Amino acid sequence: MSGERCLHRSSDTRHPSSIYMNRIHKLFESKKNRVLSIYFTAGFPALEDTLPIMEAIQAGGADIIEIGVPYSDPIADGPTIQDSNMIALENGISLKKLFNQLAGFREKITLPVVLMGYLNPIMQYGMEAFCKKCQEVGVDGLILPDLPMQQYLDDYKLLFEEYGLVNTFLISPQTSEKRILEIDQHSNGFIYMVSSHGVTGAKTGITEEQITYFKRVQAMKLKNSRLIGFGISDSETFSKASEYSNGAIIGSAFIKTVKNSKNLSEDIQAYIQTVIK
Amino acid sequence: MIKVDEKGFYGKFGGAYIPEMLHPNIEELKDNYESIMASKEFQDEFRGLLKDYVGRPTPLYFASRLSEKYGAKIYLKREDLCHTGAHKVNNTIGQIILAKKLGKKRIIAETGAGQHGVATATVCALMGMDCTVYMGEVDIARQHPNVERMKILGAKVVPATSGSKTLKDATNEAMRAWINDPVDTHYIIGSVVGPHPYPEMVARFQSVISEEMKWQLKEKEGRENPDIVIACVGGGSNAAGAFYHYYNTPEVRLVAAEAAGLGISSGKSAATTVLGTPGVLHGSKTILMQTEDGQVVEPHSISAGLDYPGIGPVHAHLFDIGRGEFVAVEDEDAMKSGIELSRLEGIIPAIETAHAIYALNLIEYSKDDVIVINLSGRGDKDLDTYIKWGNY
Repeated sequence: MSGERCLHRSSDTRHPSSIYMNRIHKLFESKKNRVLSIYFTAGFPALEDTLPIMEAIQAGGADIIEIGVPYSDPIADGPTIQDSNMIALENGISLKKLFNQLAGFREKITLPVVLMGYLNPIMQYGMEAFCKKCQEVGVDGLILPDLPMQQYLDDYKLLFEEYGLVNTFLISPQTSEKRILEIDQHSNGFIYMVSSHGVTGAKTGITEEQITYFKRVQAMKLKNSRLIGFGISDSETFSKASEYSNGAIIGSAFIKTVKNSKNLSEDIQAYIQTVIK
Repeated sequence: MIKVDEKGFYGKFGGAYIPEMLHPNIEELKDNYESIMASKEFQDEFRGLLKDYVGRPTPLYFASRLSEKYGAKIYLKREDLCHTGAHKVNNTIGQIILAKKLGKKRIIAETGAGQHGVATATVCALMGMDCTVYMGEVDIARQHPNVERMKILGAKVVPATSGSKTLKDATNEAMRAWINDPVDTHYIIGSVVGPHPYPEMVARFQSVISEEMKWQLKEKEGRENPDIVIACVGGGSNAAGAFYHYYNTPEVRLVAAEAAGLGISSGKSAATTVLGTPGVLHGSKTILMQTEDGQVVEPHSISAGLDYPGIGPVHAHLFDIGRGEFVAVEDEDAMKSGIELSRLEGIIPAIETAHAIYALNLIEYSKDDVIVINLSGRGDKDLDTYIKWGNY
C-alpha cells in the first residue's frame, strides 16, 4: 500500500485538518525530551475514577495520558495490569461506559490522550464506530498491542487516518533493523520502545544490555519520536530512558500507586512530581 | 478450496494477531516450517518416531456391535492407542523436531486437562529438552495424575493463577512466558489455534490421521472416502487431523461435535459455534464465546479438553461456509455414550471423544453409509469423572 495513496484519500475525507497535526504531533514538536506518558486502566480502582485520574495526571505535569481499555485476556501485560483489568471489569467498565465517561473531557484536559487496548473489545464495538467515537470525544491516538503492522495496513490504516487517530507501534530488543525502519515508515507520531524482553511490569531497572539496545535504535535516526516503556517506574529509570529517547511510559508502577491510594489526586500528582523532578 | 492463504487466513478466519514482541518468533516459524517439514531429513525422523515410538499407524477398527446398534458401517480410528493415550503426541513429535531444527533450547506449552502437557513433557524427555508447562490452577487441582505424570517426565508445571485459572488462562500465561523469554524458546501449541502458522502447522502434523484413514478404508472397503467423518472439537486438532485430507472432497460429510455442557442455554456450555461470534483470541480471528463488550466468556464442559471458549480458525471457516456439520452434545449424553462404547466394544473413551460418539444420535445417515469416528483418546485420565458421574 502506498503512503501517497493514503494521503490522497485522507485529504478527500471529512476531517482532513485533524490528521497530520493533532495534539500528539504538537507535543513532540514543542517537547523533544523527557516526555512522560502515564498509563492507567479505565474503571480502576473504582468505575468512576477515569476522569479524576486524568485530571490528576495533567495536574501532576505528565505529557501524555494513556488510557487502558480493560480486557479479559491481556496477553502482553503482567500481573499488575492484569489485576487492574480484572477489577475494572468487575466494576462494570466497558468501552461504551468508557466513552460515556470521556464525553466532554476536553473541557478540562488539554494533554494528548491515547487509548491502549486489545483488538477484540474494539472489534465488537465496531472498528469504524470506535474510531468515530474516539474523534468525537477527543482521543488523539491508539496503541493496539495485538494489531500487527500488516493487519493495520491491510484493514485499518485508512480508517484511523480518516478519523485523525495516530497509531503507535511497538518495537522490542528482538525487532530487526529492517522491521524498525518499516515501522518508522508507517508511524506518524511516536514509536513505543519496549525496553526488554517481557510483559509489562515484569522487570524494573535498566541494564547495560538495554542501554546498548536504546543506543542502537537512537543511532538509526528515525523520523518518529521514541518513548521507552516497560520497566520504567521512578525518577532514575525515567531519566535514564530519556537519555536515549524522547521520554518514557509508566504503567505498572503507576497502577500500584493508584491501587494503594487513599487520596487519588494528591498521590498521583506527588508520584508524577517525584518522577519528573 | 479449503486451504490457508499466504497471510494465514481460512476465508475470514485466522491471521496472526500478536504483539510485536513475538513477531520475530512467528516470522521465523512461518518462513521455515514448510521447508523443514518438506525435507527428507525431517520426514524420516518424524515418520520413524510416529511408527516406532507413537505406534502408528493406529488401527482403523470396524466396530460391529456399535454398527449394529446404530445401523451403519462404523469404523473407529484408534488414536487412543497412541503412546500417551491420545492423538496429541502426533503434533508434539512434529513440533519438537521442528524446534530442534530451528536450534531452540527450551520448550513451553499450555495444557487444559493435561493431555497436551503430558505429550509435550514426553517428547521433551525423548529429546532431552527443558520443558515448562503452564496449567490453570483449577485444572491442576482437578487433573492431578496428569500433573504428576508431567513431573515424572521431568517437566516443570507452572500454575496459571490469572483470570479463570483454566485452559484459556494457561494459554495466556504461555504466551506471556514466550514474550518474556523469546530467544531460544519454542512454544508448542497443542491445538489448531493461535497465530498463523500454528493452526495450519498443527493440522498438518495431525493430518497423518486422515492420511492413514484413506489407505485403511481402501483396504477394508475398497474406497478411500467414507461417507461421514465424526470428531469432537474443543480447539479442534483431532478433528482437523481427521478432516484434513477430506476438506476438499465435498461428498465426505465432516461432522464436528462440540460440548454443550449443561445445555446450550444453561450458561454452562462450550458450544462455540452456537454461542460464539467472530472475534480475536490467542492470536487468530475465529468464532469465540464472548460478551457483547468483547470480553471472553468462561466456557463449561465436563471434559476439560473441550472446555475452551474458541475453536480453531479452520473450523470457524468450515462452519461459516457450511462445509462442516456442527452438533452440540451435552455432558450427560456424552457420559452415556462413553459407557455405551465401553459396553459395546470394550473401549473406554476419553470424555472428549464420547461427544463424538453421541453425535451418531444427532445426524442422519443410512444403513450402507461408512462412518469413521475419530477415537481421539482413551478414558484412563477420566476415570475420576466417570466414577463421580457414577451412572453405570
